[in-house]
Amino acid sequence: MALVNLGGIEIEVDEDGFIQDPDKWNEAVAKALAQTEGIEDLTPDHWKVINYLRQYYLEFGIAPMIRKLCKETGFSLKQIYDLFPSGPAKGACKIAGLPKPTGCV
Amino acid sequence: MASVPKPDELAKIDHKPPKTGWMDTPVKFRRGTWLYAAKPKYLEAIGFPNPREWSPEDEDWKLPPNWKEIILEGLRERLGRFRSLQLFMDTCVRCGACADKCHFFIGSGDPKNMPVLRAELLRSVYRRDFTAAGKIMGKLVGARDLTVDVLKEWFYYFYQCTQCRRCSLFCPFGIDTAEITLLTRELLNLVGCNVDWVMGPVANCYRTGNHLGLEPHAYRDMVEFCVDEIENVTGIRVEPTFNRKGAEILFITPSGDVFADPGIYTMMGYLILFHEIGLDYTLSTYASEGGNFGSFTSHEMMKRLNAKMYAEAKRLGVKWILGGECGHMWRVIHQYMDTMNGPADFLEEPVSPITGTKFENAKSTKMVHICEFTADLIKHGKLKLDPRRNDHLKVTFHDSCNPSRAMGLLEEPRYIIKNVCNHFYEMPENTIREQTFCCGSGGGLNADENMEMRLRGGFPRANAVKYVHEKYGVNMLACICAIDRAVLPPLMEYWVPGVRVTGVHELVGNALVMEGEQERTTDLRGNPLLGMDDDKNA
Repeated sequence: MALVNLGGIEIEVDEDGFIQDPDKWNEAVAKALAQTEGIEDLTPDHWKVINYLRQYYLEFGIAPMIRKLCKETGFSLKQIYDLFPSGPAKGACKIAGLPKPTGCV
Repeated sequence: MASVPKPDELAKIDHKPPKTGWMDTPVKFRRGTWLYAAKPKYLEAIGFPNPREWSPEDEDWKLPPNWKEIILEGLRERLGRFRSLQLFMDTCVRCGACADKCHFFIGSGDPKNMPVLRAELLRSVYRRDFTAAGKIMGKLVGARDLTVDVLKEWFYYFYQCTQCRRCSLFCPFGIDTAEITLLTRELLNLVGCNVDWVMGPVANCYRTGNHLGLEPHAYRDMVEFCVDEIENVTGIRVEPTFNRKGAEILFITPSGDVFADPGIYTMMGYLILFHEIGLDYTLSTYASEGGNFGSFTSHEMMKRLNAKMYAEAKRLGVKWILGGECGHMWRVIHQYMDTMNGPADFLEEPVSPITGTKFENAKSTKMVHICEFTADLIKHGKLKLDPRRNDHLKVTFHDSCNPSRAMGLLEEPRYIIKNVCNHFYEMPENTIREQTFCCGSGGGLNADENMEMRLRGGFPRANAVKYVHEKYGVNMLACICAIDRAVLPPLMEYWVPGVRVTGVHELVGNALVMEGEQERTTDLRGNPLLGMDDDKNA
């Protein structure tokens, strides 16, 4: 697996650029991951989504359901796509340092 | 991740075979048409051989030095263990009846996606090493040596089969391609050539009881979110229980129904139904997966993952198991479970506590399909249904491959849909029921990096949906499989924009009139019911 420099630290990422060790995540890493997604600046709206994902992940060990993410942040799915063009899973979760969900998803 | 060509480009499918013969045409790993290699941590978690970092794109696959002996010995062992394999290797006469029945051949034009030729990739090696004619005459009788290129070809093409078994339906000998695929994947496992999208869920399921790796508190949080959502729409708070000993029935559904859109609305449908009929049931945070990605990688893994359902049923002391809208789970239950982990003689023969119906067909496995259960409730007039609450939907039904071809569940879902919806339209007859076309992403192929191949494989299904979309204005594709619910939305968005995807029990949840409910103004997704917009404005 590739080792890349994100926000000043060496981190292992998978084929799609998801970080492999969620414990290494910090704000600088998030900003660097955002760059890989073509997002230049993380606005307060971006952070609202990222922080919620992060908090849910730390408590439950997985990303929240998309509908729950929308309800809790107050953003519609369309607004989330506007913020994270690759969408909630491939965009927002990646920047928040969460692993990819697998299975019937 | 590879970019996906536009639909009009992808639809230009070239069915002309290459100029070189098939043995002399090496495989090309073109991005978008193959799956990532399994991460070592997953293989380590389940004790599978040769965990390492590698990629199918690499020249060197880091195989064990004696990989060839390992594979041939593995094949020898399986020929002895599975008479079916021996039979499938020997009986094919290459008549070609299967050739154009495969969705991957139709959608890709690649001759090695004809089921006959896919099987021939293995059969040629079988012939070389296990038949007298092949040993002596080699290529003359279609035999060839096992080389690294052959192994790469196996990996590529046996992960371009969804184990849907449409080809088997047309085979005059009944050769089961899904078994050939599974056994070839077993051989590949022996030298550590497996895909991340299958081994990840398998390792997760082995650890936590479900493919997603949901731990008990997460599973519970997600179900409780569904409970809140149901209350918003109906005004009624349903009260599912978890891991409750002494419940009459254990309900098991794919974890995708608990986590993923649009599966969660199907989950809400189940919960609404169970509440309304007062079912004495429990969910389990351990047997929290209906699906069995083990069945996409080896018989042994399928058995190991299937066992937890029955272990949990035994631990909780339930009478029988009710199974949700899952696809391949039913192939495992209906065709393997009984001789693999059965007979489940510690459970009772399933009887509906509401209607008294005995589910004779589930006498041995003790596991009833939710569609049989619900169809029986409707037949006995036990549900008050208002199909007008689905009037904003024009519905067609995609027979999920395994419930249809592996257990013959053809009428029940249709009977339910016709009772809960006023607008139902069938797709052309050679694309439904036993002849249903696969979603293109089953068998563990539903990873994003494989998107081009998924869209190609899903093309025949999408084409049939397009027909009813254009002819009748169909805007909702119903199905009874969680992989379907995950993969049909992007397939529709690509080939037939304007068609969304639902489980059958989401439609039930919309139509079911609950005692004491508030007036419904939206469906379970929060979309206004037909006429409700106008009412509000009035």
